[in-house]
Amino acid sequence: MTCDEAEILIHALADGELDAGHSSEVEAHVASCPRCAAELAAIRQMKQALAGADLTYKAPSALRQRIEAVLPPAEPRVTPLATRPSRRTLLKGFAMGSAVSALAATGLVAIVLRNDDQQRVEAEIVSAHLRSLQAGHLTDVISTDQHTVKPWFNGKLDVAPPVIDLTTEGFTLIGGRLDYVDARAIGAVVYRRRQHVINLFVAQTASAERRGPRLDTIQGFNIRSWRDRGLNYWAVSDINADELTEFGERFERAMRGSG
Amino acid sequence: MTTSPDDPERARRFREAALPYLDDVYTLARYLLRNPADAEDAVQECYLRALKHFDTYRGPAMKPWLFAILRNVCHAEFARRTGAPMKALDDTPEAAEQPPLWQENAETPESAVLRERDASAIRRMIDTLAEPFRETFVLREINNLSYREIAEAAGVPVGTVMSRLARARAMLRAAWLAQEEPKS
Repeated sequence: MTCDEAEILIHALADGELDAGHSSEVEAHVASCPRCAAELAAIRQMKQALAGADLTYKAPSALRQRIEAVLPPAEPRVTPLATRPSRRTLLKGFAMGSAVSALAATGLVAIVLRNDDQQRVEAEIVSAHLRSLQAGHLTDVISTDQHTVKPWFNGKLDVAPPVIDLTTEGFTLIGGRLDYVDARAIGAVVYRRRQHVINLFVAQTASAERRGPRLDTIQGFNIRSWRDRGLNYWAVSDINADELTEFGERFERAMRGSG
Repeated sequence: MTTSPDDPERARRFREAALPYLDDVYTLARYLLRNPADAEDAVQECYLRALKHFDTYRGPAMKPWLFAILRNVCHAEFARRTGAPMKALDDTPEAAEQPPLWQENAETPESAVLRERDASAIRRMIDTLAEPFRETFVLREINNLSYREIAEAAGVPVGTVMSRLARARAMLRAAWLAQEEPKS
């Protein structure tokens, strides 16, 4: 690989956008080229500096009210019974994987980019969440005590998922489970909010760089994902996005407190 | 399935799908328009249009879809206020977007350390970036979109996203370093 080729691709490398093959090609070039190595370091340094500052804006509440005002009034909150996945939605969840790849195959231009991992993994996360809701699959270890759940994971995974009790903040810890996502074992810590289940999936990642929360919706399930201290987190549930955001924020705050 | 704009079920689905991204959409509007009042107007118009066209929304990602609507609103609004069309991003000559990067790098030594800056200083620096680069940079680094989602939202090929992002970073880095060593 020449410097000209690497010029743009090192950005994609720093952004985690390259597939495995091209990642190692670019890394090999960087290892042998001090100039490109310095450029990559500069990009990472800037990303780090940006990650440390909150650059988002918060929508003024008057704006939120104006927009809500033009929408017909919200219906009362859906009952838990109505949101419990039917067999049909379960099947739809499992079929999701192939729908996503078909979609990916139609629109791809730059073949060097990783196949949208984020979306594929999130689809798998939703499938795992749906599987967990089937009878008897929710927890491998049942306990509301974080000191029981945390040691249970020891030796079962290459990473110890943080287990934080948020019961006093309205999210009841109900246990832990081993799951299988993206072709590897992954920890799931299970919480309950009223009658709704929240699965918090935790997996190790090579990147130590913090990534702020992002919210997605797949098949009607909300997913809040973030990365911190070498771990990727996905919180998934059928509770509404605001409550899931609250869960994520409380969890992250508790993590900062314990670190 | 036929739906009217007043259909409460449809409104509920729209509310649940689109409202959680209000802060994201507002953030992008602030960076695109660089003015709180204009940003508020644009975001409101964006949600009205999104509600109107919600039936044509086919997913999978809501955020890039809202962003695509927002940038159309911003461009139209800008054109209306100034009486002149904003230079369409897509008309930017490809040549102007891809100057040889190594020339800029020569002026901004990679080894120099970026001093930590507070958020408001960084926001001001981002605001100085030229439009297409600012937009791509914000979509990536602040709105956390993947390259493909940026391409979708901005209606450009992924390759263009990559070159704009590289250029944006080079310009921002130059601005960052320039601020640290005020020219005498």
